[in-house]
Amino acid sequence: MGLDFTVVPPFAGALLTGALWTIAITVSGAVLSFFGGIVFAVIALYAPLVVRLPFRLFAWLFMGTPLLLQLFLIYFGLIQIGVDLPAFVAGVIGLGLHFAVYNSDIIQAGIRAVDIGQYEGARTLGLSRLQTLRKVVVPQAIRSVVPPIGNNMIALLKDSALVSVIGVAELTLSSQMAISRTFRPFEFYVAAAACYYVINLGLEAGLRRIERRIQIAR
Amino acid sequence: MTDRPIIDIRHAAKSYGTLEVLKDISLQVKKGQIVAIIGPSGSGKSTLLRAINDLDPLTSGEVWLEDAQVNKKLPTRQYEAHINSVRQNIGMVFQHFNLFPHLNVRDNITLAPKMLKGISKAEADQLAVEQLNKVGLLDRIDYYPSQLSGGQKQRVAIARALAMKPKVMLFDEATSALDPELVEEVNLVMKQLAEEHMTMIIVTHEMGFAQDVCDRVLFMDQGVVVEEGPPEVIFKTPANERTKNFLRKHLKGQN
Repeated sequence: MGLDFTVVPPFAGALLTGALWTIAITVSGAVLSFFGGIVFAVIALYAPLVVRLPFRLFAWLFMGTPLLLQLFLIYFGLIQIGVDLPAFVAGVIGLGLHFAVYNSDIIQAGIRAVDIGQYEGARTLGLSRLQTLRKVVVPQAIRSVVPPIGNNMIALLKDSALVSVIGVAELTLSSQMAISRTFRPFEFYVAAAACYYVINLGLEAGLRRIERRIQIAR
Repeated sequence: MTDRPIIDIRHAAKSYGTLEVLKDISLQVKKGQIVAIIGPSGSGKSTLLRAINDLDPLTSGEVWLEDAQVNKKLPTRQYEAHINSVRQNIGMVFQHFNLFPHLNVRDNITLAPKMLKGISKAEADQLAVEQLNKVGLLDRIDYYPSQLSGGQKQRVAIARALAMKPKVMLFDEATSALDPELVEEVNLVMKQLAEEHMTMIIVTHEMGFAQDVCDRVLFMDQGVVVEEGPPEVIFKTPANERTKNFLRKHLKGQN
């Protein structure tokens, strides 16, 4: 049986809705992973040992186990202890925390790379440690780590396909539903891939814009 | 009242393991006085200066700013609040400027006043205008540090410190990182401050400047103040052999 891409257009609406969910989950996950990454980085570098050690265990768990398993745990596992999250929320939390841990590593390196003179300059003016971090150190660290964090965000977009398994009707699940009606996996997977590619182009364009803006502001 | 020192360093000592970088130094600076600290590198002069705002804490001894002991022993949290309020009164200028590269000149100057003095953005901007006027860089208010020359950066750094209305200004080799032709513009700003009777403690390698501007000169070597006195005495008729040797090396190139 030959390929016939005319089966796709009737499902264009469903795929588009799926694509919008993919974008929604990627953007929410990216925002969570970015700010979570900053918080985790500050904890890893500056928090007292009693906070840092449990945090390190938590970070290790998120880095050392499959994202798919983490999604299962958050969506199906937490119900047992009374936390019943909607699939979308569970997906955002899973993706967000997973990538926050990776972003945290990058941001830590960025913070360490900020010159000691920057701390001294701020502290001698009377700024507190936290004010110095917030207004002087972290903004500079973020600027230097935008490109690697951007790469993580592209990975996050692609890994967002995993939340299809907990029932979020994003792009991958939408195409699977179309396949189960038409038995045309090749056409719909290709169509889904094309959608991911387009979203990716948009994401990359957005990241480039951010990078450019930040560079001008130096 | 007027005789009470504004900065009072009592028996300052500091060591890293067995290496003593400061050995029992006492120094009093009165309001309006301008003190230069000179000496070979590694003599402890920067360490002493940085002990004044507790950037490099002493091993023993006390530093007082008027009635407040700067290096008071306090539990971490209380110390943090204490030192932040003390440091607002002590301006510091560094060899490498330490301007914030992600902020423009205006924000470099207004960041601390806005955060610490609870003033409005408009008041802070006015403050930036005043201070920049003083250092002659008002036209650079929207520039970023990377767009300035070294001398301009240092003048902005001085304006930034002055915006906190400090009681004392500390200069840690403020012109050492500058190209020779840029030194003068920074020196001029410092001279202007001297004329306004700002209390200043200046660590410097520039003997000519120390001679022109300062009321008192301290010569340090190996962690002690070897000799101190008015500049005409220290530079013209030093008593100590080490001072003489040091000055012979340093004055040669200069005049």
